[in-house]
Amino acid sequence: MKYVVSLIVGMALGVTIFFALLYYNPLTSQNKLSPLSVSDNDVITFNYSAVASDALVFTNDGESQIAPHPAKVLQLWEPTVRRTHAMATVLHDSRNQPAAIGIKFSSDSEKTRVLNSEALVDSVWHIYVPGQGSLFVEQQENHWNYIHEIVIPAYWSSADNWRGSWLGSISSGPGALGTARVFGGSGIFAGLEVDAVESLNAKAYSVAAGPVAMDGELAIELPRGSDEPVPE
Amino acid sequence: MFKSFIAGILLGIAGAGAALYYIPVVNQAREQSLIVVHPNHGNTETFHVNIPMDRIMVGVPGQEEPLPAGLEWPRDEQFATMRAEMFKIRNSKDAVVGVASRFAGSDEVIGNTVEWVMHLPARGSAYIRMEPTAREGGFRLGDLASGTREFAPLAGHVTERWIADTTGLEDAPTGKIEIITAFVSKEFAGDYADLDEVIPE
Repeated sequence: MKYVVSLIVGMALGVTIFFALLYYNPLTSQNKLSPLSVSDNDVITFNYSAVASDALVFTNDGESQIAPHPAKVLQLWEPTVRRTHAMATVLHDSRNQPAAIGIKFSSDSEKTRVLNSEALVDSVWHIYVPGQGSLFVEQQENHWNYIHEIVIPAYWSSADNWRGSWLGSISSGPGALGTARVFGGSGIFAGLEVDAVESLNAKAYSVAAGPVAMDGELAIELPRGSDEPVPE
Repeated sequence: MFKSFIAGILLGIAGAGAALYYIPVVNQAREQSLIVVHPNHGNTETFHVNIPMDRIMVGVPGQEEPLPAGLEWPRDEQFATMRAEMFKIRNSKDAVVGVASRFAGSDEVIGNTVEWVMHLPARGSAYIRMEPTAREGGFRLGDLASGTREFAPLAGHVTERWIADTTGLEDAPTGKIEIITAFVSKEFAGDYADLDEVIPE
């Protein structure tokens, strides 16, 4: 009997050691430098609040930590969309003026590999910029660092929250440098195929409500001189 | 006993690693795809949106009864000439398979534009640009401008049209937006000029 007990205790310790190694793995460092920061091309940025209650509309399965907004919005409870979030928000330009309407769909990715420190999300943005045109942004996001540095510490905190300053890129593909892919649909963006990077700037997180103070930024690389209409 | 303890630790580490490697963390639910394959390498698939049940959001300024209730659409004048909508989308068996956004707008730079993004979590997303005006027969024709995952290697056409409900049933929708996609591998896209397969009867 004592052999069985020591085996079980050993297994529990082994599982704990495994997850501790996974969590403290020094090889999964955050890449804080955006690939677009070394680009010679112009970059336009769209800023938005990543807090659900600041969005025009935010919906999910209705049972997740982050509550849908407004409260009476249709929820995505069907099995095929249960792991999907949908958000419509006003995107602001670099002078913090309303510049566009963006709709973002995000779904947990089946390519998620915890062993590789990958908590992946497949997402797309559909953006309409009045007076300029429309854009489609496709990306794979890796939320591992966000979970590792904000969500888990919030759960460990006796106050069930996290406060601090965290800035990180969440775009991890499909571009070779971990960039999102942008396709221009109409107006001056028609025919455009460029890269983008989405990043988050978090200041407060609550276990009960999710992000409390967090901003998002979508930086899109534009070819030089793209204030002229881009030929299709 | 000490050897059992050490063996347990090793077993725990190996077991946790194997579990994470072999058991998928995310497994998206799937509905059967109902695709019609055509002899020219293309295939068509029909989706629809039941109105009003599947409408998540209607974003236009000055709505008396906003959808969803409580929506505060920006009053900024630049957004006055656009309409943004979000829907759930269903396959031809009436099962929800994804979500979609639709932008319609009109201004001097952009002209008239109608666009869809269909996001099917288990399959990928499709970005569709439609013709701004409907054709004879009441449908609007568009093309697949870009796609992700399953839709990335495809090209083709899409139609949308409004079909009013004629059943008269009490709980029936007022109608549906029907979306027919006719996609083919980009490799064969040059051979695929025939629109007959996608144009609704």
